[in-house]
Amino acid sequence: MTTLPAQDSVLPTGRPTPRRLSRKATGADRVFELSARTVGATVLVVTGGIGAFLAWQSVPTLERYGWSFFTESAWQPESDVLGIAAVLVGTVSIAGVAMAFAFPLALLTALFISEYAPAGIKSTLVSLVDLMAAVPSIIYGMWGYFLVMPHAAAFSLWLHQNLGWIPIFSVDADPDAAVWDQSRYIGSAFCAGIAVAMMVLPMSCAVMRQVFSQTPPGEKEAALALGATRWGMIRSVVLPFGRGGIIGGTMLGLGRALGETIAVLLIISPDFVIKPRILEVGTSSVSALIAGRFGDASAAQLSALLTAGFVLFVITLIVNTLAAMIVARSRSGAGTDA
Amino acid sequence: MTTIQQRATASSAKPTPTTHLPQRDLDAPPPLARPSLGKPTAEERFTVVGAWVAALALAWVVTQRLMPLGGPAWLLVTWLVLGLVMSVVTTSMTGRRVDVVDRVVAGIVTSGALVVGAALLSTVVFVVYRGWEPLLHLNFLVDDMAGVGPRDPFDTGGIGHAIVGSAIQLGIAVAVTLPLGIGTAVFMTEVGGRFAVVVRTIVEAMTALPSIVAGLFVYTVLIVALGFPRSGFAAAMALSVMMLPIIARAADVVLRVVPGGLREASLALGASRWRTVWHVVLPTARPGLATALILGVARGVGETSPVLLTSGVATFFVTNPTDGVMNSLPLFIFKGARSPEPMDIERAFAAATVLLVLVLVLFVIARLVARPARARTRRPRRTTRAKRTAEES
Repeated sequence: MTTLPAQDSVLPTGRPTPRRLSRKATGADRVFELSARTVGATVLVVTGGIGAFLAWQSVPTLERYGWSFFTESAWQPESDVLGIAAVLVGTVSIAGVAMAFAFPLALLTALFISEYAPAGIKSTLVSLVDLMAAVPSIIYGMWGYFLVMPHAAAFSLWLHQNLGWIPIFSVDADPDAAVWDQSRYIGSAFCAGIAVAMMVLPMSCAVMRQVFSQTPPGEKEAALALGATRWGMIRSVVLPFGRGGIIGGTMLGLGRALGETIAVLLIISPDFVIKPRILEVGTSSVSALIAGRFGDASAAQLSALLTAGFVLFVITLIVNTLAAMIVARSRSGAGTDA
Repeated sequence: MTTIQQRATASSAKPTPTTHLPQRDLDAPPPLARPSLGKPTAEERFTVVGAWVAALALAWVVTQRLMPLGGPAWLLVTWLVLGLVMSVVTTSMTGRRVDVVDRVVAGIVTSGALVVGAALLSTVVFVVYRGWEPLLHLNFLVDDMAGVGPRDPFDTGGIGHAIVGSAIQLGIAVAVTLPLGIGTAVFMTEVGGRFAVVVRTIVEAMTALPSIVAGLFVYTVLIVALGFPRSGFAAAMALSVMMLPIIARAADVVLRVVPGGLREASLALGASRWRTVWHVVLPTARPGLATALILGVARGVGETSPVLLTSGVATFFVTNPTDGVMNSLPLFIFKGARSPEPMDIERAFAAATVLLVLVLVLFVIARLVARPARARTRRPRRTTRAKRTAEES
């Protein structure tokens, strides 16, 4: 005997209505979404608040000093003369020296790791570069101050003697003195730049290596199969492919170099003069200015320091954003996070 | 086809068809195998190594005997230049121009990498070399500097207070940044929407904030405006402000690479979005998140400038983060390095060694945490395949 199910009279007999779909979260999901949104908003307020606070704090300073804040080189709050021209020039020259050392070395190291190193030690080398990036800046500062600075001063003297006719290599001292005056050659933007280079080098190198490693192997093999030497392959495939990574990595490093504080503070002799002579003693940077002057600052001076910090932040922001855009638009599409 | 026919007619037109026999040219150099990209042959290796050894010898003669250029720096520079010249000479004896360029570039690239390696090695060795002496005394790691003068011997005083201070400050900073950072990353990747784009833009922009400016911000707001004393808590806040964008961004990158298929599978099985995030996305990304956190901590532990502005310097143990000045490792090192007393400088180097070891340990932990996922998928398979091919051959 088979029992046939009787028609349930309760169910509607017409066309079945479709189940209602809703993108709206319910229950635990709503709590999750709300709390995630809250966290996001909190972080937005905190981080965005810093930028807004800096901008808001720099209004009174900019109103008071106007454009002269950017053209005045002295920093003498007691006589009401404030300006960041000298520290900006110092910041840029330190970062420039750092990039002059860091860029070629980072490029060569990245090429070595991605193309020349034996496969067995490649991952070790990558870890070493990452470890180098993790070494605190204070340690590079001590390395630069105690170990490198005497040698850097001797090298500065040599540069001065042989290339002194180039304005940036001239020093206000006698290059051919019987006993050279070492104190004229230490604490310069050149010495600080070397220590900062050590800090930014691993960062640039990591970005470059990452982009190089994403070169399509087919194109590399095609170049080699056509008879290219290793360098021919690098020149025709790897470098064009990684151009975005090279530029972007360098600019990321530059952004870091502009904001570096402790190593610079340890090495330089503060001096508030616009000085294009990078080998000569005495320079300053925005970050060193803040670190040196915050303690005895009045409210107005604090606002001026915050303005200097804001200017530095805007510069690094522009540099970093450009770098991120260049790396993202390069053919490799590699991330900028090292 | 036509060419063969033409050639056939041409040859038939000739009175005496001859066959061209290749003649051995006794004066020509012996044929060389094209340089292969695999393992270098013995001759190639001899050319490279020999060139650099010869260059070293020549550089020694030039700098130490012929010209007044004493010192190791000149020797190394001359060695590099002469090594490249020697490579050109030895390679051009057998190779073409491209081979010469290839060899020279290989020399330049390798020496560039060696310079970087030497710089890293010199940093580590120099710091350890200058700071090993205080580390021989156990009290250096557990004592504080209260009542210890700059010229007291190394068996009194230590950096225990700085280590404790660093740990407390970092602990607070991590307790603040970890939930906020990962929460923001979850919001940006899992919830999304137009607001998330705004948050991501701002967070990415704030990674550009120089650490000194973060310190100055906390100093202005917390210490000057709100009248909070200089303390470990203020330092922790400065570190948090600096670390938050870094950790949020790194976690965002990690969460974004979680395969979308996993999420869809979980949702298709009927899990809610919250369960998907908690049971699928976050566990999948756990190694990456741990790495992001540890690298953020490694960055924070060595950051001096925010601490310099906000914490003040104490020479004794301070465990209450809201109770006045507190020392930390980077600050101790900075103050020591600026001191004119040689003993202080030596203590600073010893503290720098401790800091270096700490960063190294954090770094190794980060690597070990990040490794398993990769090792499970790739390494074993490759080794078994390699073994099989080795057995077959």
